[in-house]
Amino acid sequence: MCTMIVEKVKIEGSGKGTGGWFKLEGANVSYDHPFDAPYEHALNIDFVNESLGPSARVAVELSESAARALVQTILNVLDQAEAGGHIPRR
Amino acid sequence: MYTTDQYEGILAETVALPGANGDWINAFFARPLGRGPFPGLVLAHHMPGWDEWYRETTFKFALHGYATLTPNLYFRAGHGTPEDVAAKIRADGGVPDDQAVDDLAGAMKYLRSLPYINGKVGIFGTCSGGRHAYLAACRVPGFDAIVDCWGGNVVMPPEALNDKRPVAPIDYTKDLPCPILGLFGNDDTSPSPEQVDQHEAELKKYGKDYEFHRYDGAGHGFFYYIYKAYRQEQAMDGWKKVFAFLEKHLSSRANA
Repeated sequence: MCTMIVEKVKIEGSGKGTGGWFKLEGANVSYDHPFDAPYEHALNIDFVNESLGPSARVAVELSESAARALVQTILNVLDQAEAGGHIPRR
Repeated sequence: MYTTDQYEGILAETVALPGANGDWINAFFARPLGRGPFPGLVLAHHMPGWDEWYRETTFKFALHGYATLTPNLYFRAGHGTPEDVAAKIRADGGVPDDQAVDDLAGAMKYLRSLPYINGKVGIFGTCSGGRHAYLAACRVPGFDAIVDCWGGNVVMPPEALNDKRPVAPIDYTKDLPCPILGLFGNDDTSPSPEQVDQHEAELKKYGKDYEFHRYDGAGHGFFYYIYKAYRQEQAMDGWKKVFAFLEKHLSSRANA
């Protein structure tokens, strides 16, 4: 946690961890030391349900460029879904 | 120094000890077998938590003759794999400095209570553990030497301070009562070479007994063979310096 750059956001959905699917309650987004990705710092996202304990976690550790590409891709897909009438227009 | 004709034995186990606020926390303990007396060593684990590297390092120091105790500074976050527990702590912005210091003090007192300790106890930490070790050595009487390996956020701008980390560790430098060994990579960004300069200047300002070594071609965590950051040549030299420093200041032959 050497950068201490972290934000939490409440989310809804499901995540699949080592014990199977579980209900998600939050996502913790940090730019800090990853556990596995080969970078000194990475964009880390932990999808969690804290009420189920620390093991209720789905983790990704991304390079900075990968994280930006992912964000843009998510927004692009949501825009397409909105344009296609699959979700209400904002 | 070990030679192949020596008997060698280590006892290692999980123990419980009173930490901050009198909370019982668990700790990994490894010590040489025999009557001793042995110097004691507290390990302050890094951000990735009370993980296998730290349990291995606990063994490593025991192999070198130290009764070594590594408290689980993340005990209160609940239990799971070290990564899952550390991820929760990371999301919470780390553990409070006061809590970490008192947990490490608890480990030091535990070692001092043992009949086979030689009266000297040091502290070693890497990454956030280097920072916690520095805080503990400055704030709690009873440590005879400290090894700070690339402790980040020893130097902190005022805007980085918060309820969990209300004082920059560098501001406690005047209170450091024991010698310090610092190992740093020149490619590190936390601490950056400039921050290491500031830390060194503060130690010099107060006339402290310090020994800093800085390695080219190394960044953060260059001891960690489990990560891409590992730098074999620098790490092996660093380990030699760690053991020479601890032998000098913690062995039974070392002057008080």
